[in-house]
Amino acid sequence: MARAGSTGRGRLLVIAIPYLWLLALFLVPFLIVVKISLSQDALAQPPYTPVFDLAQGWAGFKDFVSQLSLDNYGYVLGWDNGFVEAYGSSLVIASISTALLLLVGYPIAYAMARAPKGVQPALLMLVILPFWTSFLIRVYAWIGILSPEGFLNQGLMTLGLIDQPLELLNTDLAVYIGIVYSYLPFMVLPLYSALEKLDGTLLEAAQDLGCPPFKAFWSITFPLSLPGVAAGALLCFIPAVGEFVIPDLLGGSDTQMIGKSLWTEFTANRSWTASSAVAVLLLVVLVVPIVIYQNIQARQLEAGK
Amino acid sequence: MAADQGRTQTIGAVRRTFAPWDNPAATPLIRFENVVKTFGAFTAVNRVSLDIYEREFFALLGPSGCGKTTLMRMLAGFEAPTEGRITLNGEDISGVPPYRRPVNMMFQSYALFPHMTVADNIAFGLKQDGMAKADIKARVEEMLALVKLESFAKRKPHQLSGGQRQRVALARSVAKRPKVLLLDEPLGALDKKLREETQFELMDLQMSLGMTFLIVTHDQEEAMTVADRIGVMNHGELVQVAPPAVIYEQPATRYIADFIGDVNLLETKVVAAGPDEVELACEKTPAPLRVAQGLGVPAGDTVFLAIRPEKMRVELKEAEAGPLPENAFEGVIWDIGYLGDLSVYHVELACGTRIKVSKPNVSRLVERPITWEDKVRVTFAPDAGVVLTR
Repeated sequence: MARAGSTGRGRLLVIAIPYLWLLALFLVPFLIVVKISLSQDALAQPPYTPVFDLAQGWAGFKDFVSQLSLDNYGYVLGWDNGFVEAYGSSLVIASISTALLLLVGYPIAYAMARAPKGVQPALLMLVILPFWTSFLIRVYAWIGILSPEGFLNQGLMTLGLIDQPLELLNTDLAVYIGIVYSYLPFMVLPLYSALEKLDGTLLEAAQDLGCPPFKAFWSITFPLSLPGVAAGALLCFIPAVGEFVIPDLLGGSDTQMIGKSLWTEFTANRSWTASSAVAVLLLVVLVVPIVIYQNIQARQLEAGK
Repeated sequence: MAADQGRTQTIGAVRRTFAPWDNPAATPLIRFENVVKTFGAFTAVNRVSLDIYEREFFALLGPSGCGKTTLMRMLAGFEAPTEGRITLNGEDISGVPPYRRPVNMMFQSYALFPHMTVADNIAFGLKQDGMAKADIKARVEEMLALVKLESFAKRKPHQLSGGQRQRVALARSVAKRPKVLLLDEPLGALDKKLREETQFELMDLQMSLGMTFLIVTHDQEEAMTVADRIGVMNHGELVQVAPPAVIYEQPATRYIADFIGDVNLLETKVVAAGPDEVELACEKTPAPLRVAQGLGVPAGDTVFLAIRPEKMRVELKEAEAGPLPENAFEGVIWDIGYLGDLSVYHVELACGTRIKVSKPNVSRLVERPITWEDKVRVTFAPDAGVVLTR
């Protein structure tokens, strides 16, 4: 029937748009990056070879494929070149940051979910409000707070708690502070949405069955908020691994993070090919937690809640 | 105990004679003393005093917002009384937190833990008591057998039907063998047939476990079926506490008469009040009304005559009918509700008032059924109505 046909086409169109979007703006650029990562640096425009040229036909294509190599991956994965260490330290920093975010974010989200219903939108607004200021400016502000002559050191010295400024800026600690501060909303919001959905009568039932409130938190509230914990943790962990601005501005010279290595490789060493290989490997590293996240989501959908 | 006798007979024998509220020597298990609960300016429970006895099945009945759930939640420990006190076994339980009270509750929403299996849900309360693993396992199996869900132990709540969830909630709340089980609208989410079956199961369960049950419901049939005594609440006050038959046949006020079942309420004036009979005059009929009830009210006072539809007779007015006898009304059939087992006739009196009379359909075929616009006479016996002053 004509109507059924048009509905079918309409549905196809609706589904096609996001796929086309992903194809054009994610998959194609990613394939270009993969291709560059398999190329060699060259003093040319573009600064790598081979360049794919349709005009040379089949023979040209075969020649093109034969020039691709995994050399850049060998370089990036080479133990002495610092990239492996940077991947490792990125994962460690991101993991510790995520744990800290969870420690800081959970009580905030819990308090928000427990606040009177009328106050909750205002609290939600307060969590989102920092986004209205540029991310860069907010990270710069931390330099002003953490530097030897910054607000924090001055305050502590005025109070007589310390005699000389603490070395805070350009340390891993500053990076943790920066990440926790910047990413907090990404942790709080999914946790809040999980905790807010929690049925209060479940806690009453637990108490009624002889479970004191603190214990009820660990046997009822926390397990039921785990989907929110997983969502928040991955929303923070994934971008934190590739974080560049915060370690660059707040971290020290010995703070190794893959985002910083990539930046150096691209700007200082001007190697498009090696930095592409770094980017592709970063994606491979992050695919694991993303797949875990999607698994959790799928299981939740299955549970029908 | 007469264990050899059939179980039903034993239960029947217990039910026949169970009336501790009539025994002045009996000490109540639960005692509400002048309990008041206010939320801001709103008084949810107003000066309620109530005794509930061991092994009693007590129902709190009332419309939504009447304070029955608040009263129950105070016993569970989720709300603290603003005034008055609540004692359990003679001890004031005001300061005792819910997790230390020997009282368990079955929640209206069931409140099953969604991340735990059926068995873990039932075991939850037992684990809190630090019961040995083997004992927990045995008790959980016993509870599952009790509610006939043995094969569902490993399921999660979302994999069960509504009726099955209700059973799990029941099993979980009785697993700890509490002194008192509180049931908050326990059957509200079930369909009618299942609800009726479950009502009788609840009664058997209460008998076999020997527990005291306090049920909160807005369904009067449910309350009347299951309960030994019913406490009717309205606007935070307990208006009458009595066994179901007393509530129905001797309601204390017009509100209760109207709330429980169907009733015709007629405004009347006392003509003469004797020690065991009262004569009333009603504007709706020229006939005098006689009710077999002693009443300490002077002649001329306005009182209300309450008569249930099933306690009146309706018959066609014959052409050569004599003058209107005592306790009779005349009118025409305005509407008929045919319910199968009985028919409800709405009779419009000459003054425009409509009264309801029901009649069991004892025979399948009636030669001349009463139908719309028929002229009828409605009569009732002197002991059919009850005179209410409030």
